[in-house]
Amino acid sequence: MKYRYAVPGDDFSMAGKASAEVKRILGQLGIDPAIIKRTSVAMYEAEINMAIHAGGGIAEAEISPERILITMADEGPGIPDIELAMTEGYSTAPEWIRELGFGAGMGLPNMKRNADEFRLESAVGKGTTVTMLIRLAPAPVAGGGGRA
Amino acid sequence: MNPDGEAPEGPGEAAPRLFHSVKLDPDKCVGCTTCIKKCPTEAIRVRKGRARIIDERCIDCGECIRTCPHGAKKAVSDPLSMIAGYRHTIALPAPSLYAQFDERWSIDRLLSGLLALGFDEVFEVAEAAELVTARSRGLFEAGPAADLPKPLISSACPAVVKLVQVRYPSLISHLAPLLPPVEVAARIAKHVLHAGEEGVGVFLVSPCAGKVTAARSPVGYARSALDGVIGIKDLYLPLRAVLGQAGDRIRSRAGRRGVEWARTEGEADALGERRSISVDGIASVIGVLEALENGKLKDVAYIEALACPAGCVGGPLTVENPYIARNRLRNRAEALPENAPPLSYEPPSDLGWSEAVAPRSALALDPDMLKAMIMMEEMDQLAAALPGLDCGSCGAPSCQALAEDVVRGVAVETDCVFKLRESVRELAGRLLALEELKPPGLDKD
Ligand SMILES: Nc1ncnc2c1ncn2[C@@H]1O[C@H](COP(=O)(O)OP(=O)(O)OP(=O)(O)O)[C@@H](O)[C@H]1O
Ligand code: SF4
Ligand SMILES: [Mg+2]
Repeated sequence: MKYRYAVPGDDFSMAGKASAEVKRILGQLGIDPAIIKRTSVAMYEAEINMAIHAGGGIAEAEISPERILITMADEGPGIPDIELAMTEGYSTAPEWIRELGFGAGMGLPNMKRNADEFRLESAVGKGTTVTMLIRLAPAPVAGGGGRA
Repeated sequence: MNPDGEAPEGPGEAAPRLFHSVKLDPDKCVGCTTCIKKCPTEAIRVRKGRARIIDERCIDCGECIRTCPHGAKKAVSDPLSMIAGYRHTIALPAPSLYAQFDERWSIDRLLSGLLALGFDEVFEVAEAAELVTARSRGLFEAGPAADLPKPLISSACPAVVKLVQVRYPSLISHLAPLLPPVEVAARIAKHVLHAGEEGVGVFLVSPCAGKVTAARSPVGYARSALDGVIGIKDLYLPLRAVLGQAGDRIRSRAGRRGVEWARTEGEADALGERRSISVDGIASVIGVLEALENGKLKDVAYIEALACPAGCVGGPLTVENPYIARNRLRNRAEALPENAPPLSYEPPSDLGWSEAVAPRSALALDPDMLKAMIMMEEMDQLAAALPGLDCGSCGAPSCQALAEDVVRGVAVETDCVFKLRESVRELAGRLLALEELKPPGLDKD
C-alpha cells in the first residue's frame, strides 16, 4: 500500500498532517503502538524539516507486512554538509523558529534513532531526500480476545 | 472476558455489552447527526434515525452530552435510594460539589446537608487528593519511579486514561500509575476508617460520568471500593432543599490544595512542578497528546489533562455553568488553609496501580494484520469514490468512517445519499435502455 501527501511549505503550523494520517492508518492496521510511535516521530521530524528548511515537498509511505518505508523528498536548498547536519545540536534555524520550540538540531539525529534504516541524500540547489525504513516485528501472538 | 482484543461490533449487533455511563435516550434522539462529528473516538453512528454508541470505543467523556441539542444523551448514575441497602453509609463528595452552590452556603453546611439526606458519615475526596499529590511528587524523585517516561500524564481523569488506551496506546507508559483521588477516598473510608465492618457503603457524589463506569470496571486496579456513584445533578435539588435546616453538624477538613483539584490547574498547582502543563476539553487534550506522540513536549514533566471544560467543575453530571463554578471554587478555596489538618488515621501505604493498563485496540480493522491490510485497500478505494463532503447523512462522522464501516460489514456504500443517487440514475438508464428493446418478432427493419 502506498500513500502520498503534499507537505505545504508556506505554513509550517500546518505541517504534521501527513504523519498524523499515516499514524491513523497504522493504528487501523493494528500495528504495535511502539512501532507506530517510532514511525510517527521520525516522519513528523522529516515533515517539519521540509516545511521549515525546504519550502515543502512530497511525503510517501509504503506499507507492507514486513516494513514501513517513508520517503520524504523536497526540491529545497539542499544540505551542504550532511555530516554536520547530522550532528546533534546543529541547526541553521532562525531565532524565531527556535522560540517556537523547533531548531534544537535534534530532528535528523532523532529520525536516525527511530528508523531501522536511514538514508539522507542531498544536493545543494537541487533538494533533499530522506528515506527511512521501519521493520515490522513478526506479528505478536494475539493475547486473547479475537472476534467472537 | 477480555473485550479489548475485539473488533468493535457494528451498531445494533448483539455483542457482549460493556458497561457505560453515557447512554442515549431513544425517545429524545431525532437522528440529527450533530453528536457523531464531535465524538473523539468516532464511537457514534446514526442508524434507523437514532444515534447508537459503539461500546468498545466509548470513553465516557461526555462530549456527546454537551453537544446534543435535544438532550438525548445522558450520563446514568446510581439513585440516592440505593443507600437504603447499607447499615452505615458514607458520602464522598467530590470537591466540584462545593462549586455548585452559592458561597453563602458554607462547605460545612453542604457536608451537613449530605447527612440530612440520610448519609451517616462524610469523607471528602479533596482530602484524598492531597495524598495523591504527595505520591505524585514521589514519581519525580530518585527511586524506582525515576525511570518512568516523562512527561507523565495524570491518570485522575478516567476519560483521558481511556482516550490514551483507544487512540494513543503508545503513550500508556506515560500515565502516572496512581489511583485517582476518588478511589483513594473510597479505600480510606471503607478499608481504613471502617476496616472489617459489615454493611458499610461508600458513595461518590460525582460530577463525572467516567467515574460511574470506573466504579464498575476500573482501569489500573482490579476492584473499586466504591459501592455506588450518585450524580451531583440528581442530588442537587434534594440537597438544596435541606440546606436551610441542615445546621453545621460537621466541619470540613479539606485544604485549598485538595479542593482545587476540581478545576483545571488545581492538580498541577498542588504538585508544584513548574514544568507541568494543564489542559482541559477533549479536543485540546487530543492536541497535546498528538504533540507528545510526535516527540514534542520534551521540556514538559507533567501533564494534567481533563476531558471537561474548566476541569471536573464542567463534568457532565454537574448543574452549574463550568466557568461560574470554577470561579466559585477559586473563591471558596482562597478562604481555606493550604492543606488538611494532620491525619488521624494511617492512609493506605500503596496508592499505586495494581494492574497493567492494556491498549484498547478498538480502532484496528482486524487483529490479523494481513486481513487488516486487505480491508484497508478496499476502504481506501471506497473512500476515494465517496464525495468527501463529510455530510453525516449516512450516519457516519465522515466519508472515511463510512468507508471503514462498509469494510467492517456494518454499513453499505449506498448509505451515502450521493452513491444512492448514482445507482438510481444508473438503474433508470438501464430501465430506459430496456424499454427501447422490442421483442424480435415485432422488430421491423
Ligand atoms: N529538508 C531539508 N532541506 C534543507 N536543509 C535541511 C533539511 N533538513 C535539515 N536541514 C538542515 O539540517 C539542519 C539540522 O536539521 P535537524 O532537523 O537535525 O535540526 P533542526 O530542524 O534545525 O531543529 P529541530 O529538528 O531540532 O527542530 C537544519 O537546521 C537545516 O540546516
Ligand atoms: S474532567 Fe473530571 S469530570 Fe470530566 S471526565 Fe475527567 S475526571 Fe470526569
Ligand atoms: Mg528538524
